[in-house]
Amino acid sequence: MHLHHQKHHQTYITNYNKALEQLDDAMTKGDASTVVKLQSAIKFNGGGHVNHSIFWKNLAPIHEGGGEPPKGSLGWAIDNNFGSLEALIQKMNAEGAALQGSGWVWLGVDKELNRLIVETTGNQDPLVTKGPSLVPLLGIDVWEHAYYLQYKNVRPDYLKNIWKVMNWKYASEVYEKEFPES
Amino acid sequence: MALRTLLTRKNLANSPMGMLGLRGLQTFSLPDLPYDYGTLEPAISGDIMQLHHQKHHQAYITNYNKALEQLDDAVAKGDASAVVKLQSAIKFNGGGHVNHSIFWKNLAPIREGGGEPPKSSLGWAIDNHFGSLEVLIQKMNAEGAALQGSGWVWLGVDKEFKRLVVETTANQDPLVTKGPSLVPLLGIDVWEHAYYLQYKNVRPDYLKNIWKVINWKYASEVYEKECP
Repeated sequence: MHLHHQKHHQTYITNYNKALEQLDDAMTKGDASTVVKLQSAIKFNGGGHVNHSIFWKNLAPIHEGGGEPPKGSLGWAIDNNFGSLEALIQKMNAEGAALQGSGWVWLGVDKELNRLIVETTGNQDPLVTKGPSLVPLLGIDVWEHAYYLQYKNVRPDYLKNIWKVMNWKYASEVYEKEFPES
Repeated sequence: MALRTLLTRKNLANSPMGMLGLRGLQTFSLPDLPYDYGTLEPAISGDIMQLHHQKHHQAYITNYNKALEQLDDAVAKGDASAVVKLQSAIKFNGGGHVNHSIFWKNLAPIREGGGEPPKSSLGWAIDNHFGSLEVLIQKMNAEGAALQGSGWVWLGVDKEFKRLVVETTANQDPLVTKGPSLVPLLGIDVWEHAYYLQYKNVRPDYLKNIWKVINWKYASEVYEKECP
């Protein structure tokens, strides 16, 4: 957690800020070539900042509700879309384990169709790159830095255990904001 | 059909060459390292070498063999949809096997020549193309450090143009995916599993240190074969 937060996330922020400054400069100068060239650094580092900011809110200590299953409308929507919470977890773990290289596995809601989805993204691509109406509820970082010191190559064990500290309260809040209960 | 199935199913995982039957499927097994796990220290820890070889490389081989069996089956059945669907697993796991097999040969303990600069034609070609060995190393380290996500940084030779190249590939894509005439001389794995236990997030330190155990002898052999 310490390394992930203070080194990895901090680096994305540092490099995102640097890229934003260079972008500002290039835009002021009307330098379209540089503006386009900077998009890779913006996407990667900006995405890294966006994704990790969500990730920290997705986790909570057990004595603060981490691991407690979702209730209310999100719990109901999960049963409706996936059959059960267990089925959803199984699906996310399978897709997370199968992800080639670095990336994230997401539980999201399509705010247009009011439908829950499970998606993966590569590297630091945010969920919105898979669909403009997708809103992330939960993201699990499956980059090796997220688990290697503890779980080594056994990513499936990391995925199995992370649910014990999943902060479903936050996910429910985001879901209810998109679909307020009347 | 039954006879061919019988022949190809025998001894699949147990021999390096697999079963070469009527239309045999050749499968793969983990190549031994030509050195002990701890002999690349302090550049690369023995823990990393052991995990990297016995777990990561082995997993690519296991999954590659599995995908090959499924591919063989789908081709025999004429199931084009399944054949195409399998390409991702073939590329990823086959690439992982190809890349790591090269990687182990790219490394050597110091007392066996690891780190010794290249001489003769490769040494000359490096000076010619990049100015000096230091410049080449600088370039590879910069590209390796800047690689987004997982991948490899390569020194290769374009066998058509007889020109050295520095390239990166993502995930387990082999160098040939960047150009059909590219031949890998050296590859450096920059997946986090290649360095994290020892160097944590500081990939540049890993890149700085790995050159102490780079096996230039092997790279020279490959180069001289392509450019006699």
